[in-house]
Amino acid sequence: MSEQLLINISLIVLLLPLFSFFITVVFGKRFPKLYLFETGIISLAFLLSLVIGFFKLTTYVDSKLAFDFTWFDFGVVPVIGEFKVELGVMIDNITVIMLFVVNLISMLVHYFSIEYMHGDKRYTRYFAYLGLFTFSMLGIVLSNNLLGIYIFWELVGLSSYLLIGFWFEKNSASDAGKKAFLTNRVGDIGMFLGILILFTTYGTFNFDKIFSGIASGVMPFESTAWLTAAGILVFLGAVGKSAQFPLHVWLPDAMEGPTPVSALIHAATMVAAGVYLVVRIFALLTADAMLVIAVIGAFTSLLAATIALTQNDIKKVLAYSTVSQLGYMVMALGVGAYAFAFFHLVTHAFFKACLFLGSGSVIHAMHHEQDIREMGGLKKKMPITYATFLISTLAISGIPLTSGFLSKDGLLAGTLAFGELTGHWLIPIIGFTVAFMTAFYMFRLVILTFHGSPRNQHKFDHAHESPKLMAVPLIILSALSIFIWYTPNPIAPDAGWFLGKWIETPSTVVPEAASFDFMINEDPAADVIHSEKYEHAMHTVHYPAMGLSIGLAGMAILLAFSMYQWKKINPDKIAESVKPLYNFSLNKWYIDELYHASFISGTLMLGKILFWFDANIVDGIVNGSAWFTRVMAKISGWFDTFVVDGLVNFTAFMSGFIGLTFKRIQTGKVQTYLVFVLFSIVLLLIVFRPF
Amino acid sequence: MIEVGLNHYLAVSSILFALGIYGVITRKNAVMVLMGVELILNAANINFVAFSRYSNFGINGQVYALFVIILAAAEAAIALAIVLNIYKTYANVNVDEINKLKE
Repeated sequence: MSEQLLINISLIVLLLPLFSFFITVVFGKRFPKLYLFETGIISLAFLLSLVIGFFKLTTYVDSKLAFDFTWFDFGVVPVIGEFKVELGVMIDNITVIMLFVVNLISMLVHYFSIEYMHGDKRYTRYFAYLGLFTFSMLGIVLSNNLLGIYIFWELVGLSSYLLIGFWFEKNSASDAGKKAFLTNRVGDIGMFLGILILFTTYGTFNFDKIFSGIASGVMPFESTAWLTAAGILVFLGAVGKSAQFPLHVWLPDAMEGPTPVSALIHAATMVAAGVYLVVRIFALLTADAMLVIAVIGAFTSLLAATIALTQNDIKKVLAYSTVSQLGYMVMALGVGAYAFAFFHLVTHAFFKACLFLGSGSVIHAMHHEQDIREMGGLKKKMPITYATFLISTLAISGIPLTSGFLSKDGLLAGTLAFGELTGHWLIPIIGFTVAFMTAFYMFRLVILTFHGSPRNQHKFDHAHESPKLMAVPLIILSALSIFIWYTPNPIAPDAGWFLGKWIETPSTVVPEAASFDFMINEDPAADVIHSEKYEHAMHTVHYPAMGLSIGLAGMAILLAFSMYQWKKINPDKIAESVKPLYNFSLNKWYIDELYHASFISGTLMLGKILFWFDANIVDGIVNGSAWFTRVMAKISGWFDTFVVDGLVNFTAFMSGFIGLTFKRIQTGKVQTYLVFVLFSIVLLLIVFRPF
Repeated sequence: MIEVGLNHYLAVSSILFALGIYGVITRKNAVMVLMGVELILNAANINFVAFSRYSNFGINGQVYALFVIILAAAEAAIALAIVLNIYKTYANVNVDEINKLKE
């Protein structure tokens, strides 16, 4: 298969969901069965992406396939010089893996939704939105330039908004949609500014061209500080989309959307787009930018994990766990564990999608009950859901033989190596603390939902295992949470094809003075980074990190079992003894309240002040000028009636008067006139005496 | 014996002119007014012929006089026709009372 053909297929894969979106949205009302067409199109896209993945990873494993075209060509513009905007696609190993992940999860979510959304009054429109989302997400994945990513970024935001607010009759759902949209805007402004800095400096949006520009020593405004700023600003976009602190508040609320949507968008793919963006710009991140990213990621993961400990809504727990895991990935990118961050993105997409679909299955069975205090004992009623949920939980907790163990362990080893190399020990400490908490709250969720005795007998009696169409996606996703797909050796992720052959950390292009010393490539010409120092550190911490993470996860699971299963420790008592901390976590660190008090009421206050300004000052000026105009009109009206009209009337009166006077001599008798004529001539002769 | 000169002709024409004006102004009958006009025209003719004789303008004056005679004839014909029509319409040729054009 030629390179050109692969690129053409990838464009077809990109456009198929868009096509089905249009068909479904236009004809959906008339043909309610179109959801099957939509699902079929996504399945076709999945098969094609499988073909692309196979040929790319076998034939072209070391090369990048790229295709560019000029979108606008302005020619030579004054001041700027030559100016054109190019778009294009690029297929490298990361792209094909993302294509596979996005299409697979999208397809499984379609299957799941056929059953889950059954009977909804906007059934076909739901599938149309899913198609739109899939198109936008594939666009982000395939773009080889910042502009294309930005365009699809906003499209993804739009489809996310539409799907969060899908049940817009519910106030909370439409509010959550708006919140997600507006919060993302904040990050996108930063991303836009970052793109503008890079574009004004290098005159291109293309990643490779920007990187080669930086590598040739050209800096934005001739300063590496601006390069750092550009990196952090573009990362801000990722902060919004990937729900990092301080813009993480929208993601838990986004759970108001249908659960399959939460699985697809708010767990597996869209929120990973932020991480994917940082993966793409990784080469231009300076040491300072990376440190900022690492700190934000670490803080987010800690924040979300502490909140997840106390939540009682099954989807809220999973939402905060998603935020926490995304924080992990961002942190891993910040510490330079590029490959593990991307690896975790992929493994997390599978097991988190499985967890969300599992929770959807539970919610479906419990007739839209989401509170875990109302559940319990569902293990016997829903064995398939339980088994898949448990496998995914083991994966997210980092238990050996699962995919999550491989990625999470490598990621934590990366933070530990970072701590050893730079002395920032707080980041690995947070990382391991979060690993402990993750295992604890995930098992708390599993035990409260599936183990023990039912706490709400009535709902338990009505619960039932989900139909096949819902069970199959769960089985596929949980199967993908097993190590074997990624590496043959369950304790050495590097030994497998995924990290061994496919994903390699690109070499950094920033000047040596501005990057971490362990990120400096020993062979400057190589595309792929190779640093003895970093590899040595990774090697040293590999086994300690693995031991520590297994030990912590095991302890956390034991603790969870003894608290919720065997009831050896009473969780309520512990909560009572640390009441302020418990409330702090239960109320999500009061961040929503804080934002409400500061930004939202600040904005409202500003609005009120502006309204007052409008009502009093601006309206006052307008009314004043109106009043002044009226006074002027009165004056000129008076002038018109008395002076102008007076003059006009006077003229008319004078004409009339003269007319009346001279009317008398105009008798109508020719002879009289003749007398006048004669008389006048004689008079004139006498006066002028011409002779 | 006084030789007849230019002044004598001019005097005659002046008297004729004055009589014509008098007729035009005082008479109420349209026919009489027309007769006045004829007198005025003939006074002018006398002037033309006299000046032709007593100055060095050549024969021009006499030619003009002939033109005036022809014009007077034509004018008299048209004017009398108008007067006849007016009489047919109003049974009256009093110039003071024929004032329809004023309205």
